[in-house]
Amino acid sequence: MKKILLPILACLVLGLPSSLRDVRAESARVITVMSHDSLNISKEVVAEFEKTNHVTIRFLKAGDAGAALNKAILSKRNPLADIFFGVDNTFLSRALDADIFIPYASPLLAEVHDELKIDPSNRMLPVDFGDVCLNYDKKWFAKKGISPPKTLEDLTKPAYKGLTVVENPATSSPGLAFLLATIGKFGQEGYLEYWKKLKDNDVLVTNGWEEAYWGQFSAASDGDRPIVVSYATSPPAEVYFSKEPLKEAPTAAILSPGSSFRQIEFVGILKGTKKLDLAKKLIDFMLDRKFQEDMPLQMFVFPVNKSAILPEVFRKHSKVANYMNRVTLDQISANREKWINEWRKLVLR
Amino acid sequence: MFYFYPVLRLFGLSFLPEGNWDLGKLRELVSDSFYAQTLWFTTWQATVSTVLTMALALPGAYVFARFKFRGKSLLQAFTTVPFVLPTVVVAAAFRALLGPHGLVNDWLMAGFNLSSAPIQIDRTIWFFLLAHIFYNYTVVLRIVGGFWAHLESDLTEAAQMLGASGWQAFRNVTLPLLWPAISAAMLLIFIFCFSSFGVILILGGPRFATIEVEIYRQAVHLFNLPVAAALSLIQIIFTFSLMWIFTWLQRKTAVDLNPVSQVASQVRAVSKVQKITVRANVCFMLLFLGAPMLALLIRSLTADGGFTFTFYTALFQNRSQSIFFVPPIEAVMNSLLFALAAMSMALVLGTLAATYLAGPKNRGTSLLDPLFMIPLSTSAVTLGFGFIVALDRPPLNLRTSVILVPIAHTLVAFPFVVRSLLPALRGIPRSLREAASVLGASPWEVWRTVDLPIVGRALLVGAVFAFAVSLGEFGATVFVARPQTPTMPLAIFRFLSQPGSLNYGQAMAMSSILMLVTAAGFLFLEKFRIGTIGRF
Repeated sequence: MKKILLPILACLVLGLPSSLRDVRAESARVITVMSHDSLNISKEVVAEFEKTNHVTIRFLKAGDAGAALNKAILSKRNPLADIFFGVDNTFLSRALDADIFIPYASPLLAEVHDELKIDPSNRMLPVDFGDVCLNYDKKWFAKKGISPPKTLEDLTKPAYKGLTVVENPATSSPGLAFLLATIGKFGQEGYLEYWKKLKDNDVLVTNGWEEAYWGQFSAASDGDRPIVVSYATSPPAEVYFSKEPLKEAPTAAILSPGSSFRQIEFVGILKGTKKLDLAKKLIDFMLDRKFQEDMPLQMFVFPVNKSAILPEVFRKHSKVANYMNRVTLDQISANREKWINEWRKLVLR
Repeated sequence: MFYFYPVLRLFGLSFLPEGNWDLGKLRELVSDSFYAQTLWFTTWQATVSTVLTMALALPGAYVFARFKFRGKSLLQAFTTVPFVLPTVVVAAAFRALLGPHGLVNDWLMAGFNLSSAPIQIDRTIWFFLLAHIFYNYTVVLRIVGGFWAHLESDLTEAAQMLGASGWQAFRNVTLPLLWPAISAAMLLIFIFCFSSFGVILILGGPRFATIEVEIYRQAVHLFNLPVAAALSLIQIIFTFSLMWIFTWLQRKTAVDLNPVSQVASQVRAVSKVQKITVRANVCFMLLFLGAPMLALLIRSLTADGGFTFTFYTALFQNRSQSIFFVPPIEAVMNSLLFALAAMSMALVLGTLAATYLAGPKNRGTSLLDPLFMIPLSTSAVTLGFGFIVALDRPPLNLRTSVILVPIAHTLVAFPFVVRSLLPALRGIPRSLREAASVLGASPWEVWRTVDLPIVGRALLVGAVFAFAVSLGEFGATVFVARPQTPTMPLAIFRFLSQPGSLNYGQAMAMSSILMLVTAAGFLFLEKFRIGTIGRF
């Protein structure tokens, strides 16, 4: 027995310093950023902020977008962080209603596209955006000699029967965004009819993006569905993360009018922070060019700053939808649950 | 403290928003038949999964308990590897094998000139039942097999000499003796499948929902805490009552045994029938458990039909200079460290608990026994949100501490230790302990010299599961995660969150490393049995 315990104890003792590191960091000059799991930043960019402001940034990742926000709301009395990043426009009303953020009219907001500033109280400031839309497998359509779909209506045509995979809006954020796109396009009266046709055309529903993209999408896996709901930035990501250099993206995004939904991600200063000035500085930094130009290749999103220059792989392989969401924020917060439930009753039963 | 306090606090917050009972939102629960259906489906699939796993794994447990053959310990280590694999990865493995363009279908289509894939299990009930068996096979193998190895074969032989057929001897003698271990394994598998989340979510698709899935949806997507908490409570009460009945039965059926060394009880397969039995079971394990894992390994080493190490070398490069880059060695070290910490905590606590439960019967033990199992059946979201609400004040402001990781893993691992130890502890004849005491041994000495050697193997089984639970990062949603201390499963999820063939390949490569590290860890743990305990 002793022989087992000794190595275990040794490991525990050796492991202790790493856990103490956290405790020590707390006492120094530290600013804490809480976010969802997809946050990504270059080392160099973090280092720049830390050096100029003599501060260490501590990151906390708290699950997917919904779970992270809920944890921030639940820890309202004694916040876990100074700044929260990663509330998107489908969750915005929940964040604002919970009243966990402090207003901050950053001077950098002047640099931001006007249509993205959708919180007039400036408690939530836009940082990035991405268009949720259909992607298709170029090779598959070329091989079959079928022209790829161009609009949402195309998906209900017999030629595209059994080709599409979408995510469940009840469990996935691109899934919800796509449902909102169809509501924007066909209206509250017409969207269920559209989904009925889609269901009759053998649409496949998965619970999450990973399962749709890695499990069913023919361009990325063993799956046999050449059309998937993903992002307009997925084609450049396919090029950037390819095994060998590619001249052309293997997939393409469909961005015809009304066929996509723009997800905007926001950052805010959490109520109860003891480092207000530092938090403001960090928010300014996140809206400034350095950070904004770093984001595209780290998180595969578009910058909100008008003067930010896109990396080459984005300029070559990505497009941006040139229209705004047709569903308003108020409509989303009022009907979200109702829409999802109606959708579930129709499509999943 | 780390379980009941957070969960109760969350329930308090959910049900009593302003100090009043707010039942408005709960009415939906009763009025919508959807929830009743969910409860029914959850119970149904857990029962079927348990029965199927038992049926397939018991022969394997028999072979492992009674026969010696080459490569046995290696095989045993690998059968436990599925236990730690993330669901997304298991889905990928099964699809590489059985999907519409998987190996088996390609082979069948080429072999029989078929135009479409003959096997279509994707999105059917079979797919996730298969996955549940894949995950839980090892539970039966280790818990039942481990117990079986220490049963005397004399009794069975005696029965056969008295004219009982092989089947009669098994049914009337062996089965009753084995029952404590079998029921322990069944209990674990049932609860495991009852609170199944990822498997159903990913392999079952949106048409199937367990209570656990519904809790997640209510809590995370709708932020409807009252309903989420109510569902959690239903889940807990339901499993608690089941376990209460089960553990009560288990206590009644414990039989005193004279444990024998497995060295004495294990033989080489001699007769033709025995040889076939052994081979058939080994083949089954290799095919059913080995093939999907092999498919993963192949996937991580091939690109466009050719052999490549690209994905492995890419693991070591921080291409995009991300601050959250995970060096593979560090991920392995973190995983192992958390696993060792969780394992030692679960072993200490589990041994204490099991020793108490195996002691004299009183009201406390009959209530505590099922109570100890509850953490396993509690939704990870409930526990995670509970931690956030409850651990927010010093001295317990642990919400972002790394210490919470092994603690949460221990909560899940603890029931496995208790369940694997109990059958062995209860089987120790009281006369042995009494004899030792009479001869002047202190309680500690009695435990060390009588109990420990006998339960050594069961302790090892518990250790293996505790280790695996932590390595597999069960209930990762529990935490406010710590990008500074990434583990292997977290690294896999990170790769899978962005498109690109390189990301996919790297996820497969990391999964293969996880499999190898896990298997090596198990082999290492097994060595302890030979070195110190378990032989007598």
